[in-house]
Amino acid sequence: MNFISWCYFPARLAWRQLIFDRTKLAAAISGVMFACVLVFMQLGFKDSLYDSAISAPVKLNGDLFLMHKQAEAMWRPAKFQRRELMRVLGHPAVMEVTPLYLALASFKNIETDVKRTLMVYGFDPDSHIFDVPEINNHRNELRLKDTVLFDEYSRPEFGPIRQLVAAGRNITEINDYKISVAGVFQLGVSFAADGNVVTSDLNFMRIFPNRNHNMIDMGIVKLHPGSSIPQVQAELRLQLNPFIDIFTYEELLRREKDYWANMAPIGFIFGFGTIMGLVVGLVIVYQILFTDIANLRYEFATLKAMGYEHGYFIRVVFASAFFLAVLGFIPGLMLSVALYHLAESQIYMPMPMSPNKVITVFMFILSMCAMAGFLAIHKLKAANPADMF
Amino acid sequence: MSKIIDVRHLNFSFGSGEMERPVLKDVSLSIEKGEIVLMTGPSGSGKTTFLTIVGGLRQASYGSVTVLDRQLIGSTEQVKIQVRQQTGYIFQQHNLLKALTALQNVSMTLEMHDAMTERQRLDKAAEMLIAVGLGDHMNHKPEQLSGGQRQRVSIARALVGHPKIILADEPTASLDKQSGQEAVGILKKLAKESGAAILLVTHDYRIVDIADRVLELEDGVIRSA
Repeated sequence: MNFISWCYFPARLAWRQLIFDRTKLAAAISGVMFACVLVFMQLGFKDSLYDSAISAPVKLNGDLFLMHKQAEAMWRPAKFQRRELMRVLGHPAVMEVTPLYLALASFKNIETDVKRTLMVYGFDPDSHIFDVPEINNHRNELRLKDTVLFDEYSRPEFGPIRQLVAAGRNITEINDYKISVAGVFQLGVSFAADGNVVTSDLNFMRIFPNRNHNMIDMGIVKLHPGSSIPQVQAELRLQLNPFIDIFTYEELLRREKDYWANMAPIGFIFGFGTIMGLVVGLVIVYQILFTDIANLRYEFATLKAMGYEHGYFIRVVFASAFFLAVLGFIPGLMLSVALYHLAESQIYMPMPMSPNKVITVFMFILSMCAMAGFLAIHKLKAANPADMF
Repeated sequence: MSKIIDVRHLNFSFGSGEMERPVLKDVSLSIEKGEIVLMTGPSGSGKTTFLTIVGGLRQASYGSVTVLDRQLIGSTEQVKIQVRQQTGYIFQQHNLLKALTALQNVSMTLEMHDAMTERQRLDKAAEMLIAVGLGDHMNHKPEQLSGGQRQRVSIARALVGHPKIILADEPTASLDKQSGQEAVGILKKLAKESGAAILLVTHDYRIVDIADRVLELEDGVIRSA
């Protein structure tokens, strides 16, 4: 018996038996689909969370980044003295350093006067620390007193700032301090902040009168071209006070992601949700396969009496599991794509359906069904022809 | 060798120790090629048990059961599977696969071997269904067929692989007199054509006349009737 008929015949029997009872098939498919959607949503939210967590740091333009050891993430910084950053200038490979000031503040909606929290970035407009064209093009406006740039990817609750600015209605308050919005740029929201504004370091001190120019939240270091970043990092680490962390760009991104994955319980929550989705799906598929075997045990015993081997029935069960996986995955995927679009339009966070995710979830669903099949095959022992006739 | 089934001093009990209940006691019986043997006896006399041992479905440990030159006492699962594949089984209940059509049910017998193409299998199954008079019911599922028609499908299923042995366990029990006689009539005709040995267990005395030989099993002991 060749391999094709070895798989094909049991698979065909499994298929014929699956489509025979359409009601049960529909129930089984919905079960798999449910698990599939649950896993897609959990993974989608998780990835979106991680991606949005680094939407600001990913645009930072620097080689090394200084933060206080107590800073949990950029949105929860710990202040340190500006002179810690200036010490770095002593290293011959360092070309330029820029302090970055960070704070959460309330921004008043120009139209409704409702206040909502966003992230404020303050830095010297002459430095080029953000790789965002609109910020760099508005450098002159940022030099003016009491001006800010607004992130148009912020949540819509802040108001249609681009249109308002174009219409000349650009005066509002941040932290109860009157400012004017000079223009918009594109960055992206995160779970920590619903929106972003950037402003000059001087304006930052005006918005936050109890902040001190000498206490910074982050230091951005640029090296001379051709310097070895890891080497300079290692050398600087020896010079810096032990309460200062120094990261490369990649380390900074990983740290921002890890904050949400580990420090915040959110990574765990989504991981847990994924597992629960798979467990529910597993139980449903197992239940379907198990009752199927129980109902078909006379038929299986008959086939055994005709000379079919035990392995044939194992293949029938696994083929059923495989068909359920595929049949449940396809509508599950379509529904998830629709829900991703819905989520993108509702929570303004990127939720791309990447091929990678599709493959990952399919593998999850396939393993789930295989596991259910594996648990169900012990029931095949009930199909013993000697006990039946 | 023309002895297709040769049983010598077969003993079989259910349970063990104090609970042991002997079912077959020193049963000896041989069946030749082309012979139709009918085994009758009251229920509980061990007929079905005897049939399942000869058919390689049940393991017995005492005596000798040679089927198609293979010893089944103490045999491996593989040997029993080979015997089963050359045996056509007809059950008291039709035991058809309810998800499959009559034609698909019959060709299940032929799917165990690769020798045929799908077309050949279906042609052969169709031929056999025509032979049992179901030429126009081939694509019906079991639930669309009457009891007699179902039993005829299961006869077709048992015979389509040209088995050397046909074992039938009360094939007429769930049928009325007319369809019962039709069914065994077809069975006899087709089996004679292919020269298969038939062992038919029944307590339906209406079909005694098809047999070459009638045996009676009572309390696990064989008596010629």
